[in-house]
Amino acid sequence: MIRLAAVRKEYPRSGAALDDVSFHIRKGEFAFLTGHSGAGKSTILRLLLMAERPTSGEVRVSGFSSTNVRRREVPKLRRKLGVVFQDFRLLPDRSAEENVAFALEVTGAKRSTIAPRVGRLLAQVGLAAKARSLPDELSGGERQRVAIARALANDPVVLLADEPTGNLDAWAARGVFDLFREINAMGMTVLMATHDLDLVRAFPEYRVIELSRGTVVYDSAATPVPEPT
Amino acid sequence: MPHSLREAVSAFRRTPLLTLLSVVAVAFSLFVGALFGLTAHNIRRAIDRMEERVEVVAYLRDDATDDQLRLLQQEVRLIPEVASVRHVSKTEALATAVQEMEEFRDVFTDLEANPLPASLELRLKPGARDPDTVERVATGLASYPFVEDVRFGRDWLGKIVSLRRVAGGAAGIIGGAFAAVAAIVIATAVRIAVFARREEISIMRLVGATDGFVRRPFLLEGLISGLLGGLLAAGLAYTAFRVVDAVLIRIEWLPVPWVVAGVAAGAVFGFVSSAIAVRRHLREV
Repeated sequence: MIRLAAVRKEYPRSGAALDDVSFHIRKGEFAFLTGHSGAGKSTILRLLLMAERPTSGEVRVSGFSSTNVRRREVPKLRRKLGVVFQDFRLLPDRSAEENVAFALEVTGAKRSTIAPRVGRLLAQVGLAAKARSLPDELSGGERQRVAIARALANDPVVLLADEPTGNLDAWAARGVFDLFREINAMGMTVLMATHDLDLVRAFPEYRVIELSRGTVVYDSAATPVPEPT
Repeated sequence: MPHSLREAVSAFRRTPLLTLLSVVAVAFSLFVGALFGLTAHNIRRAIDRMEERVEVVAYLRDDATDDQLRLLQQEVRLIPEVASVRHVSKTEALATAVQEMEEFRDVFTDLEANPLPASLELRLKPGARDPDTVERVATGLASYPFVEDVRFGRDWLGKIVSLRRVAGGAAGIIGGAFAAVAAIVIATAVRIAVFARREEISIMRLVGATDGFVRRPFLLEGLISGLLGGLLAAGLAYTAFRVVDAVLIRIEWLPVPWVVAGVAAGAVFGFVSSAIAVRRHLREV
């Protein structure tokens, strides 16, 4: 599903952000990506979104490879990925349902199919009653739920989350995390970048990949990474 | 309604101030350009009117026969540059002289014989009023043996030519500068409007929108803002024209193709500026 093989990423000014990073996340797996800020978590997410290419090595996501993906194929990849950010990244001038519908509109979905699907997604994240609210009228936890509903809109195969609980109080964070667990329980692969070690320790059943200064220093999955085929 | 049009229209609703800024920037840039165009056009018309008065006069010998005169008239009409030919008889010439030079009336009326020659007055077609063509026509006329003399305003013509050259050069330079300023102002306004929505662009890209899908509403919006700005500029310029025409001096309104070109320029500037501004943001994600 997700495979990084000997990935190195250098930036012209700041040098190597990632060095020799390899791991493989299988379908249906739930994995934490941890480490200090600046350890390379966000760089990995950007590579998975193919917003950037690795300097060397290969990133494979759901059949797309960083070595040969074309710029115009990237949107197709992104429709297979649901993404959630720490700062929610909702459009402030659109209601919760418009924000979710937005993700469907960009794929050219028919308008008649969008409304019922948006209704179901908002119900799934527990926000059916606030469909018409603007982001400013929602709490942090509610905004993140809207973002999750949007991430799920296109039936992605992987849910990527970059510090999704970072801006939330403990209660809201717990609610949002439980939602990720439910989504994973339904079979979706989840990769969550977080530096919340309490959260990571509370769920020892999930895989942990720890980064430090751009390299993997710990991977709870003892399985060695096979060579890419 | 297709998605891109719906989005373009709703952008006007969501960010009315920014949209207004673009429209007003387009309108005022083009309005200034239109005022300049109005001035340039009227100066050109004034020069045209001066040039229309260019004529070549062939004075005929007194012994020229009617047949010779007819022949000359026929041949002159065949010259492609000639717009009209008028025969002025000796009697007419005297009558005109008496009328136009009142202080010499007594001199003219006391004459026993009419000293003024008959003549042919030629007006040339627009575009054939340059010194070379006029000179060529004049030389042709002078070659007829029964033509005594050929006159045309040689100095006058030279002045018109240099006046036109100066006016044309100034119009080109100032007009070019106005167009460049308009393009920069419009591009900046559109860039601000697009910049304000960079988050939206990046989110669209993240959820899997293609470049074309992201770009289209912005292009449409740029086109519509430019068009609205252009129409507003045309309205403002027309109002200014009416005021000047009524209060200051009589002037002519711009030719329709110029107005159409101005409005179209607004639309094109808006469209192209959007395309450039969006491209920049598309590269970022």
